[in-house]
Amino acid sequence: MSAATIKVPVGPQHPALKEPENFTFHVEGENIVKVDVRVGYAHKGIEKLMESKTYLQNIPLVERICGICNTAHTVCYTQNVEYLYEKPIPRRAEYLRVLIEELNRIHSHLLWLGVVGHEVGFETLFMYVWRDREVVLDLIEALTGNRISMAFATVGGTRRDLTSTIEHKIRKGLDLLEERTKYYKRTVAVDPTILARSRDVGILTPEEAVQLCAVGPFRRASSIKEDVRADDPYAAHDEIPFNIIAYDTCDFYARIMVRVDETLESINMVRYCLDHIPSGPVRVRLPNTPPVAEAVSKVEAPRGENIHYVRSNGTDKPARYKVRAPTSANLAPLVQTMTSRGKYDVYVADIPVLLAGIDPCMCCMDRSVKFIDDSKGKKWVWTMEQLKRCMSKNVVRR
Amino acid sequence: MSLAVELLRNLVKSRATVLYPFKDREKVHVPEGLRGKLAFYRDRCIGCSMCFRVCPSETIEMTEDAKGKRPKFYLDRCTHCQQCEDVCPTRAIELTQKFENFGFDRKEMMLE
Repeated sequence: MSAATIKVPVGPQHPALKEPENFTFHVEGENIVKVDVRVGYAHKGIEKLMESKTYLQNIPLVERICGICNTAHTVCYTQNVEYLYEKPIPRRAEYLRVLIEELNRIHSHLLWLGVVGHEVGFETLFMYVWRDREVVLDLIEALTGNRISMAFATVGGTRRDLTSTIEHKIRKGLDLLEERTKYYKRTVAVDPTILARSRDVGILTPEEAVQLCAVGPFRRASSIKEDVRADDPYAAHDEIPFNIIAYDTCDFYARIMVRVDETLESINMVRYCLDHIPSGPVRVRLPNTPPVAEAVSKVEAPRGENIHYVRSNGTDKPARYKVRAPTSANLAPLVQTMTSRGKYDVYVADIPVLLAGIDPCMCCMDRSVKFIDDSKGKKWVWTMEQLKRCMSKNVVRR
Repeated sequence: MSLAVELLRNLVKSRATVLYPFKDREKVHVPEGLRGKLAFYRDRCIGCSMCFRVCPSETIEMTEDAKGKRPKFYLDRCTHCQQCEDVCPTRAIELTQKFENFGFDRKEMMLE
């Protein structure tokens, strides 16, 4: 870095989406040469709190890890607890979980498409997409009783069943959504505003995506065909056919198209679920206390691979719970896409679209903070008492 | 330009918003099965404490009266997860379709 490098801080007050995260961009002229990320502004302490609540009480808590992809977290959690019991759940419940998960993916991707419209300065697209997103929110509300926090999956199955009235409503809503999504796909593919802001912006080569462990649509936009639903099928995904969407332009445009195409795939998957859903019960009652064991469960959340780990100790509360949210894995490749290297130049003006490009969910991935003093080579973690003492004195230490 | 057709179509559409809470209260769309404000039927309660055990947000506190244990609800803490209704063996708890769950005083938000 030369002496002409200046630092541009972005965040922690809403860098791209309305979530706190601090990025320091080292800029030479218009080019970004280095990016420092600082996380931990929205650490909620959910993992620790989960250790003091029972497995049933934890379901609404897990749901609040992420507001938008909440189903991915509940499905992952309940599936994880069921692995501890080593008992299968009814097939109908598995289909219902896929159904609600895909509806959630449609909602999440449409929300993101609207945000992209907003970030590239195409507010009309933002308004239209968010208006049509209401259709899928209404479907989710009819099925689960709430628009966003669905509380649908539970340990042993699902909380509610699909009735013929709701099924009819979903089919009708899906037709409208499919028509609208196809329309947006056509719009995105030809609109000069979007093309100018997205073509050849934020390149992540396939080699880099593999090396830095990008996940989800971000990875698939770098032409790597990997998806947990196909590679390690959970719930009813072993029976439900779908195409893994991948684009080979490896830029921001590919990220938009992957998500739009995935929305169309999800619509087809929901239709397949409705056509082939078996009859039967939707829930089995499991005892409150699982046996001593540990389990790992993986789910393809709208943002990528979501991993949960649980260890039980023979009580009705988990001994340890660990969540790896997809954005956590996507941060390292994000920094790579935002750094000028070789023939790829990244400009300051591209910061908002690149940050929004991974569909970040910073609050899901904020985890405990370790203090590192480079000059002394020391690493330490503060205890709760030390933190409280610091907060009460209102001092910031380095 | 590709959105021009959509733009023209919207010109002839009627208003989508509702002037809630001043007008059109009946036009507010409330779906069947909404997880709304909690209702408690004291006469049906047998005091089994199941709701107390599953509540994730400490909305429910168990109190003693002449008939035994009975729940007391702090509705300002309720997250409308419906787990209490699911486990109640006598259907003494019900999540109604009333979506307005607010008060200017926390004491008003108690339900016994």
